[in-house]
Amino acid sequence: MTNISFPEPTITQVSKPFWDKIDLQEFYLQQCEDCQKWIFYPRAHCPHCFGEELLWKKASGSGTLKSWSIVHRAGHPAWQEKTPYAVGIVELLEGPSLLTHLIIDQEQLRYQLPVTISYEKLGDRYLPFFKKKGD
Amino acid sequence: MAKRPNGAIIGIGELKPARYSEGKTTLGLIAESVLLAVKDAGISKEEIDGLLVGPQVGETPQHVPATVSEYLGIEPTMTNTVDLGGATGAGMVWRAAAAIEAGMCETVVCVLANKNEKGNAPRSPNRNPIREFDVPFGASGANTSYALLKREHMERYGSKQEDFAQIAYLARNNALQNPKAIFYGKPVSVEDILQSPMISDPLHLLEIVMPCAGGACVIVTSAEKAKHSSKYPVYLQGAGEKITHRAVSQAPAIDKLPFVYSIPQALKQAGITGEDLDLLSLYDCYTSVVATQIESIGICEQGQFASFLRNHTFDHKGDYPLNTHGGQLGFGQADLAGGMSHVIEAVLQLRGEGGERQIPNIKHALVTGNGATLSETTALVLGGER
Repeated sequence: MTNISFPEPTITQVSKPFWDKIDLQEFYLQQCEDCQKWIFYPRAHCPHCFGEELLWKKASGSGTLKSWSIVHRAGHPAWQEKTPYAVGIVELLEGPSLLTHLIIDQEQLRYQLPVTISYEKLGDRYLPFFKKKGD
Repeated sequence: MAKRPNGAIIGIGELKPARYSEGKTTLGLIAESVLLAVKDAGISKEEIDGLLVGPQVGETPQHVPATVSEYLGIEPTMTNTVDLGGATGAGMVWRAAAAIEAGMCETVVCVLANKNEKGNAPRSPNRNPIREFDVPFGASGANTSYALLKREHMERYGSKQEDFAQIAYLARNNALQNPKAIFYGKPVSVEDILQSPMISDPLHLLEIVMPCAGGACVIVTSAEKAKHSSKYPVYLQGAGEKITHRAVSQAPAIDKLPFVYSIPQALKQAGITGEDLDLLSLYDCYTSVVATQIESIGICEQGQFASFLRNHTFDHKGDYPLNTHGGQLGFGQADLAGGMSHVIEAVLQLRGEGGERQIPNIKHALVTGNGATLSETTALVLGGER
């Protein structure tokens, strides 16, 4: 199975600043100059107000756990070797939510658990995984 | 009564789902389904002037309407690809009626089919945000997405594994009354469901539809023409639709999922309430999807589906007949055609052709469709009167 690689992010011109910062182990999000709301995933416009002035700003990298699943049968063959593992949806303090890989023991997973970012290397690149706050 | 698209279903055709197909093409299965529906409607090929089809990953990625028209041998004056995942079947019905009312055509074939070859499922060709921001974290595929929605329900409302297993049990139990169902003659207990392998915790194997090969077609015509139909026409009385997101990571909170808009909209167009429904033909790719819908009809409070299930009965003789054909959990999911099975069961019941599972005195059926991860939702009210 070693010849099957993990599916890497399919980076675009618009999302490149996000991934470039992740590679430096920094977490940046876009904020709309018009409505002040934060945006994830990266776009060239604000999905909240259709504003077009977006600024990249350093974000907290913290949030709470909205939901999670322990994957036993992965949807991708490379990930099957890692099962069982946990993925979850994190509601960031800034507002938007994202899907991520959780480095949290199964028995510690609970609704609205405070979590924080943890940069983990998968293949050649860092990915924003999340761990329990304080760990 | 609210403004609504008018039309009627005068023909249905459905292939018996098969676990795998051998030597079949999707186009071939489409043609089989259409011929069944045309025969059922008692119309001639020349009367078909509209065609709605679904996307086909792999076989015909583009120009689906023209490819299907040519293969069937028809020359429609209105055609389109409806791309709403599991909501495609229900979404086709009101689109057909709307196109008829707009004067673009009078009799529309709505058809969905899929081959399913063993070991040869096409991989998603997505190169978009869900591929960039979800898949790299180990969350590809619908099972994990629906597991996340189920977990959120359990945490928010305290619903239990046994409650969700009950939904799969009811489906499998109703499938015992439907010889076409993939699980006909294969009863399971709630315990069997809870003991089935965990696929993506908290989702068990038997809470997930079985992918099949098959096809389904309905023929929609004008309410005027339906009066002269050889078959008892089934009228579109109301429709609602709502799309809120694509990836589960971008979904609204569990009590704001799009069915809370689309189902009430369909009921409003029909001028009825949830209590007037005699059949709930609810899209059921996973158990938790049914829970969310039961809580969106106005017959059960948000988060309270479990007590609702305990206090009512759901077979054809029950006070809330639910997926009397076995749902897709019992019938099988022939890809997009699985969603059409909910339309076809409603038509059979409203015609009085339910056989041993006929619902007595049925007047109104709610039919729903759901695509992606509770992203694209469509609701229809079908009835025997215009």
